[in-house]
Amino acid sequence: MALYRAHVLICHGTGCASGGSPKVLETFREELQKKNLDKEVLVIATGCHGMCEFGPIVVVYPEGTFYSQVKPEDVAEIVEEHLYKGRIVNRLLYKEPISAQKVCHYKEIPFYGKQHRIVLSNCGYINPDNIDEYISRDGYQALGKCITEMSPAAVIEEMKKSGLRGRGGGGFPTGLKWSFCAASPGNKKYVICNADEGDPGAFMDRSILEGDPHAVLEGMMIGAYAMGADEGYIYCRAEYPLAIKRLQTAIHQATEYGLLGENVLGTDFSFDLHIKEGAGAFVCGEETALMASIEGQRGMPRPRPPFPAVKGLWGKPTNINNVETWANVPRIMLQGAECFAAMGTEKSKGTKVFALTGKVKNTGLVEVPMGITIREIVYEIGGGIIGDKKFKAVQIGGPSGGCLVEEHLDLPVDYESLTAAGAIMGSGGLVVLDESNCMVDTAKFFLEFTQRESCGKCVPCREGTKKMLDILTRITEGNGKPEDLDTLQYLGEQIKATSLCALGGTAPNPVLTTLKYFRHEYEAHINEKRCPAGACQSLLRYTIDPAKCIGCTKCARNCPVNCISGKVKEPHLIDQEKCIKCGACMANCPVGAISKG
Amino acid sequence: MTEKKIRSLDDLRKLKEKTGDLTSARSEDDKVKIILGMGTCGIAAGAREIMNAVLKELETRKLHNVAVETTGCIGMCQNEPLLDVIRPGEPRITYCLVTPADVTRIISEHVVNGRIVQDKLFGRAD
Amino acid sequence: MDAIQAIINGKEISAEPGMTILQAAKANGIHIPTLCDHPAVSPFGACRICLVEAEKNPKLLPACTTPLTPGMVVFTNTPKVIEARKAVLELILVRHPLNCFSCPSNGKCELQDVAYELGVKESSYADPGDTNTSHEYEDANPFYVRDLNKCILCGRCVRVCEEQAQYHAIDFQGRGIRTSIQPPVGSPIELSDCVFCGQCVQVCPVGALSEKTALGMGRPWDIEKVKTVCSYCGVGCEVEINVNRKTGKIANVTTNYSSPTALNKGRSCVKGRFAWQFVNSEDRLTTPLIREGDTFRKASWDEALSLVAEKLGSIKERHGGDALGFFSSARCTNEENYLMQRLAREVMGTNNVDHCAHL
Repeated sequence: MALYRAHVLICHGTGCASGGSPKVLETFREELQKKNLDKEVLVIATGCHGMCEFGPIVVVYPEGTFYSQVKPEDVAEIVEEHLYKGRIVNRLLYKEPISAQKVCHYKEIPFYGKQHRIVLSNCGYINPDNIDEYISRDGYQALGKCITEMSPAAVIEEMKKSGLRGRGGGGFPTGLKWSFCAASPGNKKYVICNADEGDPGAFMDRSILEGDPHAVLEGMMIGAYAMGADEGYIYCRAEYPLAIKRLQTAIHQATEYGLLGENVLGTDFSFDLHIKEGAGAFVCGEETALMASIEGQRGMPRPRPPFPAVKGLWGKPTNINNVETWANVPRIMLQGAECFAAMGTEKSKGTKVFALTGKVKNTGLVEVPMGITIREIVYEIGGGIIGDKKFKAVQIGGPSGGCLVEEHLDLPVDYESLTAAGAIMGSGGLVVLDESNCMVDTAKFFLEFTQRESCGKCVPCREGTKKMLDILTRITEGNGKPEDLDTLQYLGEQIKATSLCALGGTAPNPVLTTLKYFRHEYEAHINEKRCPAGACQSLLRYTIDPAKCIGCTKCARNCPVNCISGKVKEPHLIDQEKCIKCGACMANCPVGAISKG
Repeated sequence: MTEKKIRSLDDLRKLKEKTGDLTSARSEDDKVKIILGMGTCGIAAGAREIMNAVLKELETRKLHNVAVETTGCIGMCQNEPLLDVIRPGEPRITYCLVTPADVTRIISEHVVNGRIVQDKLFGRAD
Repeated sequence: MDAIQAIINGKEISAEPGMTILQAAKANGIHIPTLCDHPAVSPFGACRICLVEAEKNPKLLPACTTPLTPGMVVFTNTPKVIEARKAVLELILVRHPLNCFSCPSNGKCELQDVAYELGVKESSYADPGDTNTSHEYEDANPFYVRDLNKCILCGRCVRVCEEQAQYHAIDFQGRGIRTSIQPPVGSPIELSDCVFCGQCVQVCPVGALSEKTALGMGRPWDIEKVKTVCSYCGVGCEVEINVNRKTGKIANVTTNYSSPTALNKGRSCVKGRFAWQFVNSEDRLTTPLIREGDTFRKASWDEALSLVAEKLGSIKERHGGDALGFFSSARCTNEENYLMQRLAREVMGTNNVDHCAHL
């Protein structure tokens, strides 16, 4: 194997790739060839680095120099200056938003400083299309250890000791779940990887699949060995073409190496793995609907019991875990349960990956130890609120989750604390909201999503979420009735209590938590026909302050519907009936006499 | 295509050894660093040949735990090519007027065995 | 296996192992309302009307899918249960039209029954314009009409088509509020795999599916069910002729999925269920006819049979038995067909025996 003195890692996660990283990579290859450096500098496409806000990201080793927002035209300079002459290209370094300092090295960036990248340790570090790189980082060693040195029962025991809980949202102890399936009688069993990540704004699982697909494969194989399964499915949404491609490559390479197939590593353990592409129905993330979909049926949940561990895919005992859960498995088995259990809180062990989005300066993918506070995530990792506006809430757990407010900033992020506060851990969506976000509108956004994605099988979810959405829409349009809040509360509680699956069982959460913490905002919409955040367009009112107006007529001239009247040098007036709330008047007023609210 | 199957855990461990240098350049473990002056002056004085010699020697010796970095002009152009060696926990040693023939010696003596090659020594920075 | 002992509403009950709470309750004479459950099909858990409370279980449980476990303590009518049922029912009624007056299912509608039981007259959540009107009234085929605006998506029709008829001609389509029961995308029911056995019509709890010929033929309370055997083929399916007591005319034909005597166990085919109009046909023969020249005259069975016996006997005498041929019918039973071939071989001395299916 040739020795390369420098490695150029170019992020090919979906974020960076859409920002043009493939072109950057191509340009690197060309420029290095021109300089005759192509034999000593290796160029690799990696998975997501997490800092999607600043992509395309290029990291140059051995120095670990972190370049952000690299364009193809910057490449020649990096090659000439950095790789040839050894001078770091300052202007392309990442500028840290808190201190406004340029940061040179990967590990010095505060965004990464507070993180604990275990599951993501290979993401952005190895070439996911090369199994040898995975193997060079201890890949498949955990599998080897399990199937040659440990009994299936010992593997399950180790998983139980680690305290790992399902990362898909449920938080069920993984070792216990495995023991159910292992105890189920039957000589044919399945393991399934749930890669149907569908929460709006969530991309944790996608990044793991794209950046470190072999970890998921290895985790599934260890699970299969422990539970006595010989076949597995990865149910991945078709909207993740890159993840699917990487998985296909990974399965192909692992099969070539004999790590998948008959008699793995010369043992009796055999395992086949298939990819099943889902058509992107949110409900197919629910495990019984997911299995129905694999079987070729319509993706609709069915009641449990029977549980999948007893009667799952094609009626056989089946274990389903999500991507992040599986990816944790090899690390646990290699480093030992104690090592994993040392991280986190008493009941929530290890780390959790979050997709940090919304009004924070550093959006992206973060992995933090359980028990970290929301404040640390928002202010230290996220770099605080954009424009240093006032923090309002975090929506945690996606459409099934809830909103947490300022009083919860120091709440430790673990399953119990979040549930007690009315939110859920969920699969890891974390949306930060500031004072310009309307909470009624936010609740409406999530409910719009769940009601559209409801499978339509059970009444409360199908009819109830639509009714709640109708009411929210009415409120945001200024037609709310005082009794609407009680109706929302009542319907929300009944839908939670009566729905068939977790989709309906959690769909009202965004409404219920915002009602709890932001009732005054709802009331302002209903009673005063006013949106305090100024976000609900139907309720916006532009008004001219007669004391400030100088009568310059600029607003009237810029109004597209001619709804502003007034004489020159006299205060002007907006006709609210005709106003279309475009904001052109406010943008053009030279003296700031126009306000919205 | 050659047979690629890994037939035992031993085979897998061997493959890990073999593939180690694939990602070792990215590792943040303590490594011996060789730093080459690649300013215009260094390049003019033949630093590229030194680079080639370093890489060749490292490969021959299968030294995967050595990071080769480059740096710009440090103002002592008349002494180029300059080559620095930093062993973990030891001071930075600068060699001057390095020729490709010196590279083998510096690597075998200093990088591997920790003995400074006195006749090429230019200085040390603590 | 031993029977399961449990307590429902304070009453000690005994049930077969594997029974759901709903089945066990029913077997013990305890009523739990439901809309999506039906004895002909597997439990589904969709309507959420049959929710009950069980001790040590913080969640409400659907009685139709939850197995009864030994020692379980179940309550079927606590205030929490009633409240949940009402909420669910009112959500169904948000879009379900309330024009029961003109609905063919008025009087046998199970949604009506549940609403009556719970004392719900209308949905308190319905806003003007919520009623479902987006589906067209489908009456292109001669057998049944589909009025999907009344459909409550209980899925009985889908399950009976899959599990009993085994054609899987229809399924759920679309998501959320746009969900509807349809044949494969883009094809009308007439061009789908539907064979019009009509089992979906029978299990529909509301007025979304109804027999075309039954429309206007009688209200449910005018109907008397007459159990009989279908005369179409030799299978011998048990059917119920629904006769309007006032007019004496047939309104429709149904089957009984719970009948212990029915070998068809409630299943039917298109002919047995829909092709009964001949009963009231004016062209129908009600006595034997004997041809005389160019005309027929009515005769008694005795006369007609004597004539046939005489003619057959004389043909055999003059030309031998092989001059005769005997055809029987698929509508006859095996026993009848057996007897006929004996008549042919033993009495008439010919092997010329065949069956209408060869014609």
